[in-house]
Amino acid sequence: MTFKRLTQGLVAAAVLAAPVMASAAELTIPSMVYRTGPYAPNGIPFANGYADYFTLLNERDGGIEGAKINLIECETAYNTKQGVECYENVKNAGGGALVVQPLSTGITYQLIPKAAVDKIPIFSMGYGRTSAANGRIFPWVFNFPATYWSQATAFIQYIGDQEGGMDKLKGKKVALVYHNSAYGKEPIRTLESLSEKLGYELMLLPVDHPGQEQKATWLQVRRERPDWVLMWGWGVMNQVAIKEAASIRYPMDHFIGVWWSGSENDVLPAGEAADGYLSGAFHAPGDGFPAHDAIKHYVYDAGKGAGERDRIGEVLYNRGLVAAMWTSEAIRNAMQIHKTKNLNGTMVRDGFEALKVDETRLTELGLPGFTYPIEITCENHEGPGKVALQRWDAKAKTWSVVSKFYDPLRDTTGPLIEEDSEAYAKENNITPRNCS
Amino acid sequence: MLYREAGQFKTSYQADQAIFPILQDRWFVVTFLLAALAVVPLLINDYFANAVFLPFLIYALAAIGLNILTGYCGQLSLGTGAFMAVGAYASYKMMTAFPDLSIIVVFVLSGVITAAVGMLFGLPSLRIKGFYLAVATLAAQFFIIWLFYKVPWFFNYNATGQISAPPREVFGILVTGPRAEPAATYIFTLVFVAVFAYFAKNLVRGRAGRSWMAIRDMDIAAELIGIRPLTTKLLAFGISSFYVGMAGALMFAVWLGAAESGETFGIDQSFLVLFMIIIGGLGSILGSFLGAAFMVLMPILLKQSMVDGLGLAAVTAKHIEIILMGCLIIFFLIVEPHGFARLWQIAKEKLRLWPFPH
Repeated sequence: MTFKRLTQGLVAAAVLAAPVMASAAELTIPSMVYRTGPYAPNGIPFANGYADYFTLLNERDGGIEGAKINLIECETAYNTKQGVECYENVKNAGGGALVVQPLSTGITYQLIPKAAVDKIPIFSMGYGRTSAANGRIFPWVFNFPATYWSQATAFIQYIGDQEGGMDKLKGKKVALVYHNSAYGKEPIRTLESLSEKLGYELMLLPVDHPGQEQKATWLQVRRERPDWVLMWGWGVMNQVAIKEAASIRYPMDHFIGVWWSGSENDVLPAGEAADGYLSGAFHAPGDGFPAHDAIKHYVYDAGKGAGERDRIGEVLYNRGLVAAMWTSEAIRNAMQIHKTKNLNGTMVRDGFEALKVDETRLTELGLPGFTYPIEITCENHEGPGKVALQRWDAKAKTWSVVSKFYDPLRDTTGPLIEEDSEAYAKENNITPRNCS
Repeated sequence: MLYREAGQFKTSYQADQAIFPILQDRWFVVTFLLAALAVVPLLINDYFANAVFLPFLIYALAAIGLNILTGYCGQLSLGTGAFMAVGAYASYKMMTAFPDLSIIVVFVLSGVITAAVGMLFGLPSLRIKGFYLAVATLAAQFFIIWLFYKVPWFFNYNATGQISAPPREVFGILVTGPRAEPAATYIFTLVFVAVFAYFAKNLVRGRAGRSWMAIRDMDIAAELIGIRPLTTKLLAFGISSFYVGMAGALMFAVWLGAAESGETFGIDQSFLVLFMIIIGGLGSILGSFLGAAFMVLMPILLKQSMVDGLGLAAVTAKHIEIILMGCLIIFFLIVEPHGFARLWQIAKEKLRLWPFPH
């Protein structure tokens, strides 16, 4: 009987589905990845970088301060419903997850209220809810080293520099091509507020998920000829936008993507035409750092690499790497603060809140000059918020950082963060904690 | 032997018209419900509530809604996702505008508002049928989702267009928000779904349901025997949207806690619910539950058994899961084109004879 066998199989599967238990003093870190779906081209390198760094720590140092890391991957396909399932599945794995990196703004929004209840810190590195930078209202969420709002102000400052001064922005036209979702909408308020101050005209051009069809958007760009185009895109939307921009001959050096729109995957399909395209960045590209050599030696030579060897050092790979680096430093910090290796989410949260990674430490980690020093405090979960711009060289097929690291315009973002987080606190009956 | 109606005599019209005319069925349903109400809450944890039971119950409610329209009244709709969004946003607006309003009232009113919207978009059904109507409802899907992005009033002018559910209580017990206990959200949803499923079951057996089926089977003949297509079709659209809207509100407020119109209620939701009723069985309330169970639980079961059971990598498991789901859908549709509800019926008929088939 087919059905009988099927039922037996299902029962067996259900029995096997009991959660996996891990041994003591192991550090359980879930990794919510998307290696499938329309965002997979961007999700894969990030996930590989994240996994490889932890594998390196396990292989070379025997974990963090001797405690092995147990990285559990869970596939979300960048879908919030699957993300929630993943989170519920992994949060109690191995005695409790220590930190969650949701890797999607939508999933981050779902998890922010849960984190405080489950006592698991969320590290939404450079994505998620910007106003979570206010540590008084969001004690469990960390979005350093910079937020979308800081990044928007950095782009406007760069544009000001190129135009010859912030006062020259008056009368200019800036277009924002954005993924029509919570993520893509993040910078709008900041850009609007800056446009009131500086007098440029802001054009909003939403692109619907997944962003494969953008003809109409770019026709509008061609007709209106904005002086600058900013893009908040992700996944397949990025490469389509860059190709479309190339096809209407929009000058690439006036086209700036968010740091999620600036990886090799996004520019390579457009070929030569993508030359000079700019994007935000908070860490260096390339695989020329001692840590990369260590990963090749300890991880890939041992056959334990998560991805392909020749893709080490891609922008998003390095992004995963830097996320893993800060995460592991926060865990190390938590061990020092609480003087134990048996950590829980609350302790790791303390580790994050007192995190300080300076240049000396970066050099020790084999990443000298890879990113800028950060320092997290109780009030400020965003950290320094600095953003630089990197440019794509289509001939050499490399990214290089071409600007200084811009400090965010805190007098613009500060009140906005305050306002948005206060609104959240009011809607959800949260009393801001006292940080002093 | 066990499942046999011999000796059960019906002596009144009432007994003849009971929902479950066979004693064993009644016992089964009662035990099943009691177990769901009394035993499951003792064992439930966050994972089972948020990944298994809540999605199953909520999708079952949405599937009942769509089944009323498509399965019983024969009007194909691809706007389910959008109507769920209407329910979700309606509940959000009411929860934030009237914080003291009981959450039960909020959900029912969300259903009523969705019913009104559904009837509006049901108007074209008087002129167009079949695939053409499907396209018209598809327009509703895109228009409504676009509207919720475009008009900031719907998401209270916040920066990102995300709506998040504030904590609310029923009889002093939290049922929405992150602090709600899994057992509380589960029981609340279960009672909601059970009550309205009972209501739907009675509705489709009554005058309304019979006129829907008449319209479905042949609308001209139905008109000739005195069924007015206008009221009948609009009633189907209204009731169907009422259910779908409540499912959307529950999905947003109780299950997910936060939502975004395009991401949470996109076109894929419309298809998912449509698949549920096709696989479960068109024109069957039980089929709605079975279809929802299959589409919600099967992927999780496959994933769990492959990742935790067999130790496969998450991504490999995902790829295999996608393939297997497709194969299983085709397999079940070939084995029984009328869905799980029909399989259940066949099983029941066999059981009546068992173990002496002759």
